[in-house]
Amino acid sequence: MIKITKLEKSYGKVRAVDGIDLSVTPGELFAFLGPNGAGKTTTIRILTGLTRIGSGQVSIGGHDIETEPLAAKRLCGLVPQNINLDSELSVRENLDIHGRLFGMDAGRRKTKIEDLLAYVELADRTHSLVKQLSGGLKRRLMIARALMHEPRVLFLDEPTVGLDPAIRRRIWSLVKRVQQDGTTIFLTTHYIEEAEFLAGRVSFLDQGRIVATDTPENLMQQLGHWAIDRVNGEGMQTQYFQTREEATQFTTGQDGGFTLRRVHLEDAFLALTGKKVLS
Amino acid sequence: MNGFIAVYLREMLILKYRFKRQLAGMAVSPLLYLITFGYAMGDLIRFGDQSYLHFLIPGLVAMASMTQSFSISTDINVARFYWNIFEEFQAAPISNLSYVAGEVLAGITRALLAVAVILLLGLPFGVVLHYGPVFWLAVVANSFVFASLAVAMAMLVKPHADQSLLTAFIITPMAFLGGTFFPLEKVPEWAQILLSCLPLTHASHAIRASALGQQAQLIDFLILLGAGCLFFWLALHSVNRARD
Repeated sequence: MIKITKLEKSYGKVRAVDGIDLSVTPGELFAFLGPNGAGKTTTIRILTGLTRIGSGQVSIGGHDIETEPLAAKRLCGLVPQNINLDSELSVRENLDIHGRLFGMDAGRRKTKIEDLLAYVELADRTHSLVKQLSGGLKRRLMIARALMHEPRVLFLDEPTVGLDPAIRRRIWSLVKRVQQDGTTIFLTTHYIEEAEFLAGRVSFLDQGRIVATDTPENLMQQLGHWAIDRVNGEGMQTQYFQTREEATQFTTGQDGGFTLRRVHLEDAFLALTGKKVLS
Repeated sequence: MNGFIAVYLREMLILKYRFKRQLAGMAVSPLLYLITFGYAMGDLIRFGDQSYLHFLIPGLVAMASMTQSFSISTDINVARFYWNIFEEFQAAPISNLSYVAGEVLAGITRALLAVAVILLLGLPFGVVLHYGPVFWLAVVANSFVFASLAVAMAMLVKPHADQSLLTAFIITPMAFLGGTFFPLEKVPEWAQILLSCLPLTHASHAIRASALGQQAQLIDFLILLGAGCLFFWLALHSVNRARD
């Protein structure tokens, strides 16, 4: 569904994207995980036509985004990182304008608006002005808007940034539902738990390069299943173990405080890049 | 075509929500000019055998159609850099032509509304002018020039503060010097040559001639059309530059 070959993008001397090769299959929920400035947003902006490609090739649904941009865009829905709704217009008007931009006829727009607002649980806010909505409701509306023209690929750029945990969970379940309905999802995030919970496959992105791509489970299993964090004179040290028994056995007879926990994606990212995602 | 309608419709919906404020904003400057030059100074200035208002009202129409059509520049700039709404258009499968045409038509609509406000405000002053098809054609041509320039500038000039500078250094001087408040024949010949390079000068000529029931010059329309096409082309090409 998405094929990226040797993608590069520079801003002056800064290489924002540095030779990315990647394929995303239809129906997959794929995540780009990396710290701020890793190149996630630049990649998603290139894929959705907001930023010009530096070099390399990108195709979506078989359409090259440089030579067939309109055909490629018809297949895509985008939820950008910043809220970009028309705050002066109503919920319904925002969706209607989007439908028109994608060439939907009046009947289809009307039906789709009703369906989507029920889907994202905003049916009671149809005629509210967007500026009257909370941050979480705006995020749900943005997802609804991106789904308006029934895209085959949905791009979500940091979809839950700045939202409180409860609202974040609601957005996650919505995203899962969209994927279960057959839409390919390409997600960028710097929230570890978001990638772990949602993604079928994850790429770690660091300084514009992909350092690893696999399922979250495989990426974590390379280290083990259990981790022990220990603070000593050299700072925090973490050791990894395949079983809980091995880990508890390790702590027996040793001084100091230990924290036993499950391995998560942050550990895998740290092991591969030497830095934390949220550093 | 769908994209063009969507872009235009969005601007019209925003205009609908802001209608009262927008209308009041459009009325303030012309009303002040009409009061100042109509009541306060009306007897001091003559335009041939007619009152100065006969000269002034077509000039105000030219000026307002310019400033109102150009004002979409600020709205597009704000939508692009502060609200990120422009990304919605960039990510949609619409051509640059659809986008630019939608915005330019929105600018022209706004200008027509401002002109209607001036004509209504002029009624109590008892000035009878001719508002036939040639008059409206000249207004549309002038609005086309400056709405196209506005879209191009909104794409090329990023900082909002620089947008204000454009108005301060280009639009405001043109508003006063483009044959709006005084006949060009009153200035030295070298200045006449310079001022004849301004599109607004030709818009003022065409609008005034048609409003006074005289024959409008074809050359004025051709110059407006040429400038409009040039700025429209610039706008089309600057939309691509906005992708970074």
